[in-house]
Amino acid sequence: MNKRSLFKAGLAAAALAAFSLTAFAAEPLKAAWVYVGPVGDAGWTYAHDLGRKAVEKKFGAKVKTTYVENVPEGADAERVIRDLAAQGNKIIFATSFGFMEPMLRVAQEFPDVKFEHATGYKTAPNMRIYDASFYQDTYMAGIIAAQMSKTGTLGFVGSFPIPEVLRNINGFTLGAQTVNPNIKVKVVWVNTWFDPPKESEAAQSLINAGADVLLQNTDSSAVLQTAEKNGKYAFGWDSDMSAFAKKAHLGSAIANWGPYYERAIGDMLNGTWKTTRTVLGVPDGVNDLIKISPAVPAATKAQVEKVKAGLKAGKFEVFTGPIVTNEGKEVLAKGKTADQAWKDGVNFYVKGVEGKIPSGN
Amino acid sequence: MLRLEPRPQPSQWMSWVSPLLALAFTVLLASLLFIALGKDPLAGLAVFFVEPLRGLRPVSELLLKATPLMLCALGLAACYRANIWNIGAEGQFLLGAITGGGVALWLTMHNLGSQTLMPFQSPEPLGPRGLYAPVVLLAGALGGALWAAIVAWLRDKFNANEILVSLMLVYVAQQLLNYLVFGPWKDPQGYNFPQTKTFDISTWLPVLLPSTRLHWGFIVAVVAVLAFWLFLSKSWRGYQLQVGGLAPAAARYAGFSSRSTLWTALLLSGAMAGLAGAMEVAGPVRQLTPHLSTGYGFAAIIGCFVGRLHPVGIVFSSLLLSMLLIGGELSQSRLGLPNALTSVFQGALLFLLLACDTLINYRVRWAGRRGGQKKEANDESRGAQA
Amino acid sequence: MNETALLIAAALASGTPLVLAGLGLLLNEKAGVLNLGAEGMMLVAAIAGFAAAFHTGEAAVGFVAGAAAGAGMAAVFGLLVIWLNTNQYATGLALSLFGTGFSAFVGVSMVGKKLADQTPNAVPLLADIPFVGPAFFQLHPMVYAAMALAAVMAWFLYRSRTGLVLRAVGESPAAAHALGYPVRRIRFMAVLVGGALCGVAGAFLSVVYAPLWVQGLVAGRGWIALALTAFATWRPARVLLGAYLFGGVTMMQFALQSAGVQIPSQLLAMLPYLATIVVLVLISRNPVWIRVNMPASLGKPFHPGG
Repeated sequence: MNKRSLFKAGLAAAALAAFSLTAFAAEPLKAAWVYVGPVGDAGWTYAHDLGRKAVEKKFGAKVKTTYVENVPEGADAERVIRDLAAQGNKIIFATSFGFMEPMLRVAQEFPDVKFEHATGYKTAPNMRIYDASFYQDTYMAGIIAAQMSKTGTLGFVGSFPIPEVLRNINGFTLGAQTVNPNIKVKVVWVNTWFDPPKESEAAQSLINAGADVLLQNTDSSAVLQTAEKNGKYAFGWDSDMSAFAKKAHLGSAIANWGPYYERAIGDMLNGTWKTTRTVLGVPDGVNDLIKISPAVPAATKAQVEKVKAGLKAGKFEVFTGPIVTNEGKEVLAKGKTADQAWKDGVNFYVKGVEGKIPSGN
Repeated sequence: MLRLEPRPQPSQWMSWVSPLLALAFTVLLASLLFIALGKDPLAGLAVFFVEPLRGLRPVSELLLKATPLMLCALGLAACYRANIWNIGAEGQFLLGAITGGGVALWLTMHNLGSQTLMPFQSPEPLGPRGLYAPVVLLAGALGGALWAAIVAWLRDKFNANEILVSLMLVYVAQQLLNYLVFGPWKDPQGYNFPQTKTFDISTWLPVLLPSTRLHWGFIVAVVAVLAFWLFLSKSWRGYQLQVGGLAPAAARYAGFSSRSTLWTALLLSGAMAGLAGAMEVAGPVRQLTPHLSTGYGFAAIIGCFVGRLHPVGIVFSSLLLSMLLIGGELSQSRLGLPNALTSVFQGALLFLLLACDTLINYRVRWAGRRGGQKKEANDESRGAQA
Repeated sequence: MNETALLIAAALASGTPLVLAGLGLLLNEKAGVLNLGAEGMMLVAAIAGFAAAFHTGEAAVGFVAGAAAGAGMAAVFGLLVIWLNTNQYATGLALSLFGTGFSAFVGVSMVGKKLADQTPNAVPLLADIPFVGPAFFQLHPMVYAAMALAAVMAWFLYRSRTGLVLRAVGESPAAAHALGYPVRRIRFMAVLVGGALCGVAGAFLSVVYAPLWVQGLVAGRGWIALALTAFATWRPARVLLGAYLFGGVTMMQFALQSAGVQIPSQLLAMLPYLATIVVLVLISRNPVWIRVNMPASLGKPFHPGG
């Protein structure tokens, strides 16, 4: 007890010293990123790192960024985050769900450091959360997919059955149904975020089962390239993948994290950082469906643009009732729009998706 | 040209010098690497060999990381001494995490803990709370042993190769864990994310040093090291474990059963790995998630050999491996080195260690003439009877 | 009907890298050397093959580069285990660790790069036969090359004189040495060829199968190939069987999912591994087979003087 207060006093003194120092020389703000994968994954982690680079570009000498990549989501994460805090980083971003609990523990220890966690749901006075809305991308992709499909069957390569991925599958299906109410969506789970050969195999089996437009929630371009090989269509994911498949590429569902990271660093520099939950999407310039293929009819493109404009203006919501699960249960009444709590709790397939969620209970 | 010549006796002196020699070579290599990358070599080396030892907290983290490695490697040493090639410690670790975590979860859900009481419910603890953590660890050890028992049974009954079976079961264990955390054991208040509830505080392993994460599991591991050392050097069965493996014929002649050796070694190593898995969930993680192991079971194989299958050597090799892993994290945040470089560096150090160990059993000689064998083109029937 | 044909084709393609690497490791092991570094060799070969194919636009150059990279990695391993008598298990694991890091380190510039489009494969005439064509005759030439390699390997090991010597070295290096065979040199050659084949397997993954480079592309297939040799009880023909079975069950679990079968996908994902264990048990029940086929000196160092 006594030791602890002594320790706190020491911290306060150190903070004071640091503060008085900044009065003399404008020290750059130290910001750190904790990545779950390698920055060379061309997918999720790569996209976050582009956001970090955008921060460097915008703030120049005002910030000093570091990152630690390939951090496992177990006991190691807590050590890495704690070490970054102890080294004087004033704001730390952790970009995977599994970092939530470790970050929360470290946040309690370093009250004067700000913590940011992507995709989670727990906050603290000095820890806030942020997330993207990929389902807005997949809804637009669904419109295009249904238009381009000849067989009336779409395929989705899923990573893990977490709410985010289920939202993306459902968004894709709902978008497709605006064009073809009878469209069928088949889902194959690969139980990994990242295994290009396995992603190819899953894509191949969807194509074999009659799907002719594919979308994936995994991090490589393998699904897209498999579609190209088979003369079918698919989409890019996380970043612009149009270069990987000239014919097959219908568009890329991207997340551009730069705007959020710039905002967060700006909050720090202006002293306006407060804990909150930020859900970003098309309106923030974070999510988008880009590089739509010339093969897509103009009318369909116009429909997508209309959805985009509606999302930007806050007039349109992807999850608008009536929404019925594929087991016939109504989960959103006619005329109602889904709130955040509803979206957080998605644990069903909407009507039109085939099969059952793996161990969804 | 250089030639290796076997020593009549393994050199005691060399067995101490060899690791130091390897370390010196590695330091040299690393310095060159740092210079090539435009970093200060001294700063680079400090990150790997000094930073992880600076202060109580870094040291506690080092010991925490080394604990599961030590346990897994100890168990594997028992197998390898008996010529049983269990390379599935990773799977046994995961199973221990599943069974230990399952028990902790059960205790948590049945509100036997201190914090999970519903209104109008009075707690009915099953015996003293102080027993919960040991029970969790025991469950983990049993789970790991069960997973290894499958390997032992298939080998014993059907002669199925243990390398293959133990390796395949690693993947099965990971999918089993996935199934549980995505399905039946999912936290109902967890927004469908793949994780269980946080275990109740009564099931956690008590912390050893205040304000660190180092828990009593470390003491358990140290006790295991001592026990294993005594077992090997002082007991009849330990002797059997050595004889039974190293020379099956001699063992049979002395009336030992290679079957019981197989079962003992595998059950022991499974239990050790399972214990490590349960410690990971009852210690730093406190819930089940899909990402419990970071390859402890595979790293332990390396640790086992670098430690020369000896309990004391394993303590040192586990500490060294942990130091390299933690140093790899630090080198990213301190020096901006890519993570991939750490693996290159670790691989190189291991190569060098293994190469230097050659000097324990062999001495290097300059051979004046070409010291090869005489090649005799004999008639083809010789030596080719398959 | 047609779906079954496509499933067969997918299983054959999926099993091909396992066949190539499995045969390479089998050759190693027949000479008495166990190399747990397959994963690392395949990764380094995958990036080397991808880079070569990217710069030249020729898949064939990619395969050659992959083979060279695999052999280069194997040479490091061979030097340590054969000439310095280090422990084979630990050295192999170190090689895997090293290869994982090294491939990631040198491959950074190749992430997100794309190779030239592949031309569709078809064996003339045969590809047009209903069912049989799509199932067997519309695959990449390397798939057939891997099958041929299994036959060549079987012939080499059981019919050629050099193969007999190699097996003798794996059975009893001391006896082979006494007869005047250069045991270590033979083992070293076997390790190099084994590494080259693992290299071709790695290049197949990055140049043809994925086709792209990302960190950690091989994703455990090196370990599966290693398991295959034991599964095949060290017989080349059974390596084929095991690899296609593994590929087939992998594809089967995806096919079951896309058909809407109501089994949790995590349990389906266990199938390939469980199937491998079951078949292994069936094969191993006959102890004579194992005794006849498993190289007696597997994993043990050999020193001519000792």
